Amino acid sequence: MKANNILTFPERYKDVTLKTISIRNLLRRKGKAGFILAGLVIGVSTVVGIITFVEAMTSDINHKLEKYGANILIVPRTENLALSYGGLTLGGVSFEMQEIQEQELTRLRTIRNARNVAALGPLVLGVVNVDSKKVLMAGVDFKAAEILKPWWHVQGAVPEENEVLLGAEAARILDLSTGNQIAIKDKKLVISGVLQPTGSQDDQLIFTRLVTAQTIFNKSGRISMAEVAALCKDCPIDAMVKQISDVLPGAKVMAIQQVVKGRMAALAQFKKFSYGISGVILFIGSLVVLVTMMGSVRERTDEIGIFRAIGFRKRHIMKIIFMEASIVSGLAGIIGYFIGFGAAKAALFVLIENHSGYVPFRYELAFGAVMTALILGLVSSAYPAFMAARLDPNEALRSL
Amino acid sequence: MSYIVADNLIKKYGEGETAVSAVDGISFKIKESEFVGIMGESGAGKSTILGMLGAMNAPTFGRLVVDGIDIYELSQEQRADFRREFLGFVFQSFHLMPYLTVMENIMLPLAVVKGGKKKKREMAKEAMNQVGLLEKAHRLPSQISGGEKERVAIARSIVNEPPVLLADEPTGNLDTKTTRGIMELFGRLNEAGMTIVMVTHSPDCAGYAQRIIKVSDGKLVGYYSERHANA
Repeated sequence: MKANNILTFPERYKDVTLKTISIRNLLRRKGKAGFILAGLVIGVSTVVGIITFVEAMTSDINHKLEKYGANILIVPRTENLALSYGGLTLGGVSFEMQEIQEQELTRLRTIRNARNVAALGPLVLGVVNVDSKKVLMAGVDFKAAEILKPWWHVQGAVPEENEVLLGAEAARILDLSTGNQIAIKDKKLVISGVLQPTGSQDDQLIFTRLVTAQTIFNKSGRISMAEVAALCKDCPIDAMVKQISDVLPGAKVMAIQQVVKGRMAALAQFKKFSYGISGVILFIGSLVVLVTMMGSVRERTDEIGIFRAIGFRKRHIMKIIFMEASIVSGLAGIIGYFIGFGAAKAALFVLIENHSGYVPFRYELAFGAVMTALILGLVSSAYPAFMAARLDPNEALRSL
Repeated sequence: MSYIVADNLIKKYGEGETAVSAVDGISFKIKESEFVGIMGESGAGKSTILGMLGAMNAPTFGRLVVDGIDIYELSQEQRADFRREFLGFVFQSFHLMPYLTVMENIMLPLAVVKGGKKKKREMAKEAMNQVGLLEKAHRLPSQISGGEKERVAIARSIVNEPPVLLADEPTGNLDTKTTRGIMELFGRLNEAGMTIVMVTHSPDCAGYAQRIIKVSDGKLVGYYSERHANA
């Protein structure tokens, strides 16, 4: 029985390869392998955490900035120059008001970045007389206004048909309040609510539903202008302006540049800072790998000497070192990704008020994390591997 | 015909006035399947000679030809190939890999040799058979005795069937009985056709060699032949 075992025993063995040597060495030097792993995990998880955090912040900021309203205006193209400055209009000068066909706005659905259009608010403007006072009346889409004018707070209700909403200043000057009735061009309109002061021109206006205003001004199917809230996380706002201009050649499309550019600049600064920090941490992580691998190579002088003495070529020695680095780095990439991802989620939950906490799993980031760890591990191990391969077998032999 | 020809080998460490001669103009020839011992006091240059024979320590001057190959005309990587194909090393302190089993240690030189797994296993099995360690194949070096470690080291050095075996004080750490066993094993390998060059302090071990090359202060001071080392 024993003899049979003896004869068959070697059959159970797998081949001894350079991979066997690498894996066994890592298992034998768990402390050092763990140290390299920890160095890379810290680096990778920091980068993943920062990227995930920044991306989530960007998304969150974009989402919140939607609430700051329109950032693109569509107005009729005109050959006249504006005669107003700083909110002052020169009296006695009036222009023939040009209009846009409401139907034309449907073309916005065809632009390349149509999915970035969060809200589209057509607006028709006209002057009406209320108690012998001239007031500007605006017909708006109140559903779109929820996104376009998130600062509106209505005391009362949003107007239904034959109802109006007064700006705070208009209500004060006209001495009207919710429930009162006004007559505009023989049409009786009930005041459904009053806007709380906004500090904008909206305080001076009377608002009603778009269709009601179009009927009053006899402008059925026509609008004076349109406001667009564009989400431009993935697109430059200028590109969207151009796309809208292309589909509405008769209109003038303008970006409210300051808001958008300011938003993007702030995010870009934050990203730059974050990536800078990540770079420093990765650099430190790679130094940890370099120093630890150098120490490991020094410790293994005799082992490498034996390898060389029994006929291993330089590339075989380098392969062993690189294989060890690859195994640890790959593992560090995977662990680092999950730690970074979890840390970012936790940070968002703790630091960002009202954040949903939802952070999508990103395969490309996970792949990037593993690749970054691998590249760092391999690059940092290149010098120790080179030193190990250069080791003079005779020197090693003499030290035995 | 001589298998190994050392021609006026000189090895100096350092440069200029501070240079130290470890080997000073040694020439010798070793025939195929010969068992040669190298003896001398500590610092005589024995290990330096062995290093030169092992294609690991280039002489400052002189030539070393093995089987018609001028070893130090080869590149470093070619010398690594030469070591793998032509030489087996046995070191005084065994130098087994502690994280590999006996079987894996023996198969180590085959890790960089092309060939099928089955053939490699057969080669390892044959080497283990020769040293009588088949039943301990699965053990780690820490789980076997000094004599067994030495036998594993020998099995590792002969697994790829090299024509030349170089041994540096192979029994320096072993007791008398185990030493005898190892030397008998060397004798059997030599009888099977292997050329053996062994550095030793021990006259008893040298007695197993067919010829002794005696060195002192880096110089060859004499030959003894046909198992007359004790003379």
